[in-house]
Amino acid sequence: MTQLIQQLINGLSIGSVYALMAVGYSLVYSIMNFSNFAHGGVIMLGSYFGFFLLTLFKLPFTAAFLGAALGAAVVAVIIERVAYSPLRARNAPFLYFIISAMGASIFLENFVIATIGPTFKTYPPVFPKEPFRFGPLFVGRLDMMMFLISVVCLAALVYFIDFTKTGKAIRATAYNMRASVLMGINTDMVIIIVFGIGGALAGIAGVLFGMKYTVYPQMGFITLKSFIAAVFGGLGSLPGAVIGSILLGVIETLTSGYISSQLRDLISFSLLIIILVIRPMGLMGRITEEKA
Amino acid sequence: MDWFYIKGILILSGINLMAVLGLSLLTGFTGLFSFGHAGFMALGAYATAVMTVKFGIPFIPALLVGGLTAALASLFIGRLTLNLKGDYFCIATLGFGEAIRLILDNIQYFGGARGWPGIPQETTLLKVVILNIIAIIILKNLIRSRHGRNMIAIREEELASKIVGIDVFRYKMISLLISAFYAGIAGGMLGHYATFLQPKMFSLVKSTELTIIVIFGGLGSITGSVLGAVVLTALPELLRAFAQWRLVVYGAAVIFIMISRPEGLMGGKELSFMTIKSVLRYTKPWRKIGAFTEGRRQGRL
Repeated sequence: MTQLIQQLINGLSIGSVYALMAVGYSLVYSIMNFSNFAHGGVIMLGSYFGFFLLTLFKLPFTAAFLGAALGAAVVAVIIERVAYSPLRARNAPFLYFIISAMGASIFLENFVIATIGPTFKTYPPVFPKEPFRFGPLFVGRLDMMMFLISVVCLAALVYFIDFTKTGKAIRATAYNMRASVLMGINTDMVIIIVFGIGGALAGIAGVLFGMKYTVYPQMGFITLKSFIAAVFGGLGSLPGAVIGSILLGVIETLTSGYISSQLRDLISFSLLIIILVIRPMGLMGRITEEKA
Repeated sequence: MDWFYIKGILILSGINLMAVLGLSLLTGFTGLFSFGHAGFMALGAYATAVMTVKFGIPFIPALLVGGLTAALASLFIGRLTLNLKGDYFCIATLGFGEAIRLILDNIQYFGGARGWPGIPQETTLLKVVILNIIAIIILKNLIRSRHGRNMIAIREEELASKIVGIDVFRYKMISLLISAFYAGIAGGMLGHYATFLQPKMFSLVKSTELTIIVIFGGLGSITGSVLGAVVLTALPELLRAFAQWRLVVYGAAVIFIMISRPEGLMGGKELSFMTIKSVLRYTKPWRKIGAFTEGRRQGRL
């Protein structure tokens, strides 16, 4: 029983980091209706930013954290400007957006390999090793921080989207972009803001991931998990992305805890296909019926 | 730059071309976007290798078995995912491709993640060229047939094709089946060229590469796929001197193509003997004056 609760806690902390990635991805999907495959590259760069701010510039943890978020946000906006906005101006089919995103992700990954090198890098220890103790349960300080930081970021995002004017504009644009333009919303600005938010969340997730594991150029691969989580919850739905991520995190830790850690990724990908077959719109998604 | 090196590049281009031809049918002509083709390649590669190494079956029949294995898998996966729309289908195929790779990682019979060495080298340039020519002829005839036109109709407007009575699901399935068959054969040839198989060879990067070749050559053009496969396989090899920077350039080039010439090299056009003939006819310096008026009367100029 203790072991089960222990696993659930670990799952919750890793799931909350998946949630940061999935929300950024889902936010872009809800506005632009395409999968931003360059999201992984942004997460990876954010992780590297955090790493260098901590080791080369010896910044305190909070500053490095904010710096990584800011850097990743800037990268995400640059990607939008360079790779997507020319396509948007021309009303290109969604296929082209995906290819462009893949080009961007190849570019980012190999740029990092060429400049920094393909080696794994380990974050300096930020938190003390010894875990918190709650009765028979142990919770690592890092896991605790991962969970807390993610919750704070997601709460801030919810506040931003639900209670500010810009948030209203984002919701309106997600609902109907053309009508929003007619209502005088600067949708171009909305898209830039959405990419900025997604990038900042990606940067934070990257730093947390880098601290938990290591930093390497191919770590954008973990965004596949956030795709799965987003599909799980329903593409474009933010609460769905969060719920999907937490469930995925818990399922993954339970798999590696009770079955085999080698099968962890396989189980998540099979889960993806099973979900798409049983409930293609995800847990929270709506069915959009095509009309003639 | 000796012949051996050039031959190697040509064989690799030919293997890529085989997979790209299938993907071209699926993406370029039917308008479905798959990121799982490396998975079909992996299935074909391992099935072919099992046939030749473990059962001692000759190479060409073994290749067919490889292709059929991939096609069978596509029946299964198509049944499940072809009703999904847009991005959902992309992500589902992506999940399928990765799942295949991870399953192969765990099968110790095939050497698991460490790989499977000692596969005989059976793929020669001649075989690659002949197989590709057969594949192109089959594909070309398919596309010009009623079935191919139905597929193009689905690409252009799925809803409208449904209304005029095209069985959309069935044609999507046929398209996926044939493209998986091609990918399986390409995988079989790759295994018997490299003499080594490892699940890592069939990662998401491979699927991405194939998709990029199709787009680069131009959607809806077989000629474009051929050009794309040769150029984009040879280019990174020729840029070996840059080594680390070549993929950076590659990524940037993909974005540049998308925002500047999204229709790709050939974009829906085909290079056939007829076009070559007509181009020659009108650029002939010695052509008679009469040819001009002749063409004019037929309404061609």
